This record gives sequence, C-alpha cells and structure tokens, in this order.
Amino acid sequence: MRATETVRQWVDERFDIEELLALARHKTVPMHRFSIWYYLGGLTLFLFIVQVCTGLLLLLYYRPSAGEAFESVQYITSQVKYGWLIRSIHSWSANLMIFSAFAHMFSIVFLRAYRKPRELTWVSGMALLFLALGFGFSGYLLPWNTLAFFATKVGTSVPGQIPIVGHSIMLLMRGGEDVTGATLARFYGLHVAVLPLITFGMLGAHLLLVQKFGMSVPPSVENKYRGTPGRLREMRFFPNFLLRELVGWNLVLAVLLTLAVFLPWELGTKADPFASAPAGIRPEWYFLAQFQTLKMIPSKVMSMDGEVLGILAFGLAGGLCFALPFLETLLGRRGSLWVRVGAALGLAFLGSMTVYGHFAK
Amino acid sequence: MRNRCFRVLLTMIVGLAALAGRAEVTARPDSPPPTAEAGGYVDVHAQKGITCADCHGATPAGAALPAIPRERIPQLCGSCHSDVNRIKKANPSLRVDQWAQYKTSVHGIKFEHGDKKVAICTDCHSAHRILPASDPHSSIHPKNIAATCKRCHSDEEYMKPYGVKTDQFAGYVESVHSKAMVERGDLSAPTCTTCHGSHGAVPPGAASVAEVCGSCHVFQAKHFGEGPHKQVFADLGLPGCVTCHSNHRIKHPDDQFIGTTKPAACARCHKKTDPGGRAADAIHDRLLYLDHEIAGARAVLDRASRSGMEVGDSQIELSQAGDALMKARVSLHTVLPSRVEEDVQAGLKITSKAHAAGEAALHERTQRKRELLIPLLAIFAVTFSLCFYIVELERGGN
Repeated sequence: MRATETVRQWVDERFDIEELLALARHKTVPMHRFSIWYYLGGLTLFLFIVQVCTGLLLLLYYRPSAGEAFESVQYITSQVKYGWLIRSIHSWSANLMIFSAFAHMFSIVFLRAYRKPRELTWVSGMALLFLALGFGFSGYLLPWNTLAFFATKVGTSVPGQIPIVGHSIMLLMRGGEDVTGATLARFYGLHVAVLPLITFGMLGAHLLLVQKFGMSVPPSVENKYRGTPGRLREMRFFPNFLLRELVGWNLVLAVLLTLAVFLPWELGTKADPFASAPAGIRPEWYFLAQFQTLKMIPSKVMSMDGEVLGILAFGLAGGLCFALPFLETLLGRRGSLWVRVGAALGLAFLGSMTVYGHFAK
Repeated sequence: MRNRCFRVLLTMIVGLAALAGRAEVTARPDSPPPTAEAGGYVDVHAQKGITCADCHGATPAGAALPAIPRERIPQLCGSCHSDVNRIKKANPSLRVDQWAQYKTSVHGIKFEHGDKKVAICTDCHSAHRILPASDPHSSIHPKNIAATCKRCHSDEEYMKPYGVKTDQFAGYVESVHSKAMVERGDLSAPTCTTCHGSHGAVPPGAASVAEVCGSCHVFQAKHFGEGPHKQVFADLGLPGCVTCHSNHRIKHPDDQFIGTTKPAACARCHKKTDPGGRAADAIHDRLLYLDHEIAGARAVLDRASRSGMEVGDSQIELSQAGDALMKARVSLHTVLPSRVEEDVQAGLKITSKAHAAGEAALHERTQRKRELLIPLLAIFAVTFSLCFYIVELERGGN
C-alpha cells in the first residue's frame, strides 16, 4: 500500500490527477427500472477494446496481399499457438460489438437520451456506429476467402449505383474496376489505420460528452420524480457502476471464449477471382436487411431505377438517423412520438428483413 | 420432217430422264433435291462460290440438272479435293488425301470392285448441304458422326450381305465415350472415326486394337504391354483391350470389374483357384482396401473440419491418395499384384498420415473444450468476487 501511495503521489505532483479523481468520485448514475440499458455503451467499448487487442495480435502474422492473405490466416489458425482462439475471438467480438452498438443506439432512441443537451453525443454515437460497420465491412475481406471476396464484390457494387458519383466511389473503394489485391490493400489500410484513428478521436469526443452531460434520465422517470428529485436514487460511477460494468464485461468475455471454442470461425476456401460467385452469396447479418431490401425492390419504380431508389432511401434513412435530435425538435409537440414510432418501425424492418434475408433462397 | 425431229427430241428427253433415274437407283436416301434453301448459303461449296454447273456440268438455262452417276462421285469429289493447288486457295488447312485414303478403306475397296451400296462421299457429307466438321449441324460434326455411320451400320437388312453386326451404335451410345461426348460435351471423346478412321475406315485388327486404344489410354496400354496378358492374348488371337472392355459398349469399369466374382471381366476366363484368378482377387481386395482407407480418412477429416478445426492441408494431401488409387487402377493392367501393390502402398501411406492428422485435430478439439474450463472458472471466480465486493461495499453504506 505504501508503494501505491508513493506512486500516486508522484504522479499527482506532476499531472494533478487528484482533480480528475475527484470528478470521477462525484460522477453518479441514476438508478431506475431502465438503468440496465446504461451498460450497453460500456459493453460496446469493452468489445472494441477486445477488437483492438486481438487485432494487434493478428497484425503480427497477417499478410495483406492477395497471394498471402488466406495463407497467413490459415497459418494463424493452424500453426500459431492460440492463434485460432485470437482469430475466433476477433471475429465473434466484431459481431457482438456491432450488435451491442445497435442495441445501445435503439435504447438511446427509446429512452430519448438524445434530447437536449446531448444532441452531439447522439451524433458522435451515430458516427461510431457507422465506423463500426465500416470496420465490419473492411475486415470481412481480409481473410480473402470465397465468401468474403464475393460479398465484397456485391457490397462495393452497391455504391456504384449512386447517380453521378457512384462509379467514382466504387473505383475508390475497389482501387480499380474489380475486387483485386488492390482492394485488399486499401481495405487493410482502412481497417488497421484510418478507421482506428478516426474511431479513437470520435470515441474520445463521445466519452467526453458523456462525462460532461452525465447519464440521461428517461422522461417518464423524470416526470415521476419531478416534485421530489432527491428521491431518485443514484449510485456512484466509481466504483459502484464500474464494478457492475466489470461484472458484465467478465460475463461477455466468458461468452466470447465459449463461442470461440465451440463455434470457431470458419476459414473457408481461398478466393478465386475467376470463379463464378457461389449460389446464395450474401453479406454478414448487419448488412443483410439492406441487401435483402435491394433484392426485393422492383427493377423499375415509377420509371426510376429500383436499386438506385433503394440506395438513396438508405442514404436518406442514415441522414435522418444522424439528425434525429434536431428532427424531433422540428416535428414539434408530437415529435417524440413520431421518432419512437419511426424507430420501432425501423427496428421491426431491420429485424424482419435480416431474418428473411437469412432464410431466403 | 417435223415428226422425225419431234421423235428424236422425245427419245433424247426420255433417255436423259432414264439416266437421271438410274443415278439414284442404288443410292442411300440423302439430302433432298437441291433447292434454293438446301443448297443455299450454308453449304460450304456455295460459300466458296462453287455452282451447280461445277459438279453437274453446264446446262441450258431452265433445263433440269443431270444427276451425277453414283459410280462417278468419289472421282468427281476427288478431282478437286486431291488437288493441292486448288484446295489451298479455298482452305489451306484442309487435307487433300481423302480420296487416296478412301481407296484403302473397306468402303473404297468394295466400291472399286463394283459394290455401289457402300458409303461414298455424299453418303456421309451430303450432296448439297455440306457443312464443315466444326458446325454442330454437320453430319460429320463429332457429335453426329455415330448417327451418320449408323444409317447403314444399324440397318440389319442393308448390312446382311456383308455379314457385319449391326449393334455397334446401340453399344456405343451406352459407352463412356458416348456419354463423355454427348453428356459432358467433350468433343475430344472417341467416336467411330477416332478408332476406325474416317476416309480410310477399317476395323482395327486384333493385333492393332491396343494401338488404337493406347493412342489415348497411354499408360493402360503400356502396363498391358508389361504384363503376361499381352503374349497370351496374342497367342490366342484375342484383341488386347476389347477382350475385357468390349469395343463399342465400353462401360465405366469400377473395382468390381476385376476379380473372379461375376460380373468381373476376369471371371470370364479365370477361376478363383487358378493363379490368374488369385492374382485378380488379390488386386481387387487391395484396391477396395485403399478405397476404404481413403473414405475413412476423409470422414475423419470432414468431422474435424465440421467441428471447426483447420485441416485444409491434410484434406489436400489426401487427394493425392486418390491419385495413388487411380494409378493403381491403371497399373492393374499389368495384372501383377506386386506392381499394383506399389501404388497401393503409396496411397496407404498418405491415408495413414491423413487419418492421424484428423484424429489429432479431433483430439485437440476435445482438449480445447476441456481447457476452456480453466479460464471460465477464473472468470466466474473474478465475477463472483466482484459481486461479493459490490455487496460488501454497498452494505457498508457506499
């Protein structure tokens, strides 16, 4: 204990951390029947940390070229000690992180935690969600197996349908007309450098804003305790809430380990650019709803190209999601109702199309 | 005077008509009489600017073309198609030995001796609808050759005077060669002309059948030549490959084709107790054993793969065992068990390694599941400790 006290004093004399610690000690988290949803943000953060740690380990062996990528992943999985475990954890954690991010987002919507003054927290959070999807999309290609290759081929052809700029965007994404080693190289750069850089910045901003404005209380709870604010119980963030978060993180870690051992991530077969796409090729589940929707839209809708219309609709939906807090204000008194109805419909649409896309031939 | 002229003219007309009729009397049904459609642009002669008169001779406008007598047709076709200078202007890659070859063929020899029933140029190529062999509509396209030959060679009545069987086409359509051609579209698969020749068509003799089959099945022919069957078959006047595999109805041989249990080919000559029969059974047993081992190794590797273990390299290596089995099925043409055993042993070495790799992968799988308990226990211990600490902390008023 004396040693830790000495170290703390040494650091405090130079960096004045006592002030930060005091802030952390005073930070509180409201306790009510919706408090359980507060853990989702931390869980997403934990899974991101797992991604960074396992990603750094994979980086030691992965080779980002069309000739070596698959073989390097095969090497990691079969030759490197516990390489199979790291790789499987990385793949499962990616999926859990995106699921957790979506759950966190929808919980924010339904608990209306995006209200003033937390609009920018919402915007930064949406940016993080899209960054997570970007991680998923870019990382999916890296094993360079058949599924990844053709899913990327399909996925990168979709933006190509955007009028005027679509082809340029597609060329930028692919590094050429087709998905080749050039695509792999730039997806790799995106996955290990560009996106992490942006994400760290955005995450820092997001956490700062969360610290600044504290945890939002849902309107129904606020109204309940409006006359007697002192009755709303709160727990200290440090150490009570944090300890509870650690419990959750431990359990998720256990789930990750179990998934990695019992359902190890498949290697697949090496991509052959000259082969035809396997029947029933489809993207990962987090893009399945959009993919299935685009498949179902008629080729022509009121003399407009159906696929272009679908892409533009998704773009519009994404834009509306970003602008949600401001949209609610614009819609007036019933704005919150419209937002919740829209969110519920959006959730139902995404869920049902994802399930349908999974089972559709 | 006028009456006499009329009678002369009438006689000439009748004579010409008789000539035209006679030209067709022994010909097989062929292409329809020339019409604008049949002799139209698709005919290769018409494409090259060859007109009716070039073959039939010049006639006054409006007059009917005289039919070419059947006995003159090979010579007529040969007059151009043997002329190098003429043919190379139209198609430099076309051969010019068809007529020379034809004269050596069974058809050509019989034709020279006055048999007008045998095939001539127009019977196979048609008269007015001659298409290149590469055209799928051509009667001499690889896919259509058998049907062209069949027109005569499956006609019992027609072939009776020659004492030649008429079951060749029926056998061929059931063969692996026909299936390769028709079902898989492999135009390099053998058809009638591949083994018998086209213009110089002759049935291969007993001594030369292996040469014909061996032109494609090189290793089988080589192994056959190394084994005791070669001399025995020659002494008995038996055709090499045909004795076991047949000539037209060549079915895909599986491992049951060798041995002394019917329907094995060996059983036609050998009994279980004679040396040849024992050799056949020994080869049969070893082939089956290797096949079984390959299946077993594949099953283990598949199980390991399905359970999430990476066994790709072992699966690729196992395919080499399949190659070894294929080699054994080729080297069995030596009918020497010791020779076959070399290939079988090479295969068994691979299957043994693959099997071991599969078992090791499955063992590791089980190990991983067991080892998972340790970190899970640690995690639950930490989780429990945290929960306990939280309870203590909050009980203490924090």
